[in-house]
Amino acid sequence: MASHADDEPTRRDFLVIAGNAFVAVGAAATLWPFVAQMNPDASTQALASTELDLAPIKEGQAITAMWRGKPVFIRNRTKEEIAKAEEVKGDQVPDNSARNDLLPEDTPADDVNRVKEGKTNWLVLVGICTHLGCIPKGQSMGDERGEFGGWFCPCHGSHYDTSGRIRKGPAPRNLEVPPYAFISDTKIKIG
Amino acid sequence: MAHESHYKPTSRFGKWMDERLPVARLVHGSFVDFPTPRNLNYLWTFGGILSFCLAAQILTGLVLAMHYQPSGAEAFNSVEHIRRDVNYGYMIRNFHAVGASMFFIAVYIHIFRGLYYGSYKAPREVLWILGVLIFLVMMATAFMGYALPWGQMSFWGVTVITNLFSSINELIPGLGTAIVQWLWGGYSVSGTTLNRFFSLHYLLPFVIAGLVILHIWALHVAGQNNPAGLDIRTKADAVPMFPHAIAKDAVGLFAFLLVFAWFAFVMPDYLGHADNYIEADPLVTPPHIVPEWYFLPFYAILRAIPSKLGGVIAMFSAIAILVFVPWLDTSRVRSSKYRPIYKWFFWLFAFTCLALGYLGAMPAEGVYVFWARVFTFYYFAHFLLVMPIVGLIETPHRLPRSIAESVLGPSRGGGITPATAAAAPEKR
Ligand code: HEM
Ligand code: FES
Repeated sequence: MASHADDEPTRRDFLVIAGNAFVAVGAAATLWPFVAQMNPDASTQALASTELDLAPIKEGQAITAMWRGKPVFIRNRTKEEIAKAEEVKGDQVPDNSARNDLLPEDTPADDVNRVKEGKTNWLVLVGICTHLGCIPKGQSMGDERGEFGGWFCPCHGSHYDTSGRIRKGPAPRNLEVPPYAFISDTKIKIG
Repeated sequence: MAHESHYKPTSRFGKWMDERLPVARLVHGSFVDFPTPRNLNYLWTFGGILSFCLAAQILTGLVLAMHYQPSGAEAFNSVEHIRRDVNYGYMIRNFHAVGASMFFIAVYIHIFRGLYYGSYKAPREVLWILGVLIFLVMMATAFMGYALPWGQMSFWGVTVITNLFSSINELIPGLGTAIVQWLWGGYSVSGTTLNRFFSLHYLLPFVIAGLVILHIWALHVAGQNNPAGLDIRTKADAVPMFPHAIAKDAVGLFAFLLVFAWFAFVMPDYLGHADNYIEADPLVTPPHIVPEWYFLPFYAILRAIPSKLGGVIAMFSAIAILVFVPWLDTSRVRSSKYRPIYKWFFWLFAFTCLALGYLGAMPAEGVYVFWARVFTFYYFAHFLLVMPIVGLIETPHRLPRSIAESVLGPSRGGGITPATAAAAPEKR
């Protein structure tokens, strides 16, 4: 072993390190498919968009659609609901981000950033509590809507306002606004 | 292993085997003439009971897996099919579902036994840590098992618990979501999730079995602890495992089976939740989501902390902290029987765990949250303050000089001289 000058790396040292490095890279490359197979598969990703006709939804009504296996809340807000949502600015609520998938993370949580221009009566949200994933109440007429008139999550008591922003309770974020667009005056495409 | 087997093969085949693969010798040394302390009480029968539980879950689970369909569309109906159509299916399914609860009753008694008698102290630290790992894998197994009937509680329990990982977003944005979608195999809990849980639910019990082998191995190196917390020093301190300890284990096991049978045949659904007989519906959250009873104390800790990430960290720490108990307890004496001050804290801790269990089942509001916080505080204070401090300030009672003396009284204490006895209390 020590035929060479003491600290001088030998040809054998090089081969051992290079050989082990190849084994490590190879092992990681082999392991990866076993980890990655658990990610959403192609058929799940393919279901990624949903089209919807909003015409039948009257003012004050709401419907729940499905998108990527998740409920999506669509509410046709009343004048008062819109006014209440616009009155409270993004820096007055616990989560200051608009959480709008089409806008950057640091967009303020003002109501305008959570709806489409000229269509401010339509509020479209992923109907999953940002705490631990329950479906908040507030879609049906008789439902409890919490202290801020939007939605109320019964699981651990999160209150959302008429813009779907978290106002009280353990949920850390505003309800997410999914990526969607109006493809005609009364039709939207989510995803 | 520490103890030499006195196995003597008698038949020719026995001798032949002994020279080639001495399994009989290993079994004989480990379970027949293995020296067990003569003062063991019935709390020491739970190790055997737990081994029985594991075997029973594997056997009944094997049968269920022959009739069960792990798909989102079929799972719920296939469990109903097992309950109604399969011959004795209702019975085997009840054994499995009730068996999971009985498993946890036994493991909690077993853990508290260890805490009371200081069984985690040197030289049993590795034995104890293996136990904590078994507990952890058991919880994972039961959690995934509870998903399989695909009722409302299954679905929403999985949703709430897997979503815990999304709190990682608060540390590294996006990572939490990536992990959760990886666990789900989609953008929400679905049949895909159920399918992988079934695969893991089948695997993990065998991982537990492997850990149990290591656990018993470590036990047989260190020897059993006992109510006096003393080591075996002379022949008078011990009796051979067979027939003495085995017979006692059998009595304990039959008593346990009586309770088991009562639940399985008389009130099989008592320990479960009625909502789990409603098929999973991703659009309707049940008004009140509760986990299985054996998770309630940890669920209470999760909800006691007002921040999402903080709650998750507290919940996992509540289990992880058990690993450090051998080093947190500074007492020279193992058994709480001889610890006048700590003894009371032990019972306070036991009460705390029961209280947290109760609070975990209550809605997270008002006075319940207040008390959940108080008890969560004590849960951690017990380990981080009480264990180190009480061990240092307390003067333990005088220990018996030997295990034999603890059973037979001072006059017949067996062959230890007072001089050695004074130095005898456990070395750390
Ligand atoms: C550590 C051992 C085990 C524990 C703690 C455990 C726990 C559970 C629990 C809590 C359930 C839900 C019961 C219900 O409410 O219906 C369950 C279901 C199930 N388990 Fe296990 N299990 C274990 C081992 C196994 C094994 C080894 C298998 C397969 C060989 C298995 C197969 C099943 C099947 C097919 C179901 C679904 C049927 C049903 O829900 O009744 N289990 N398990
Ligand atoms: S899941 Fe909505 S408050 Fe916890």
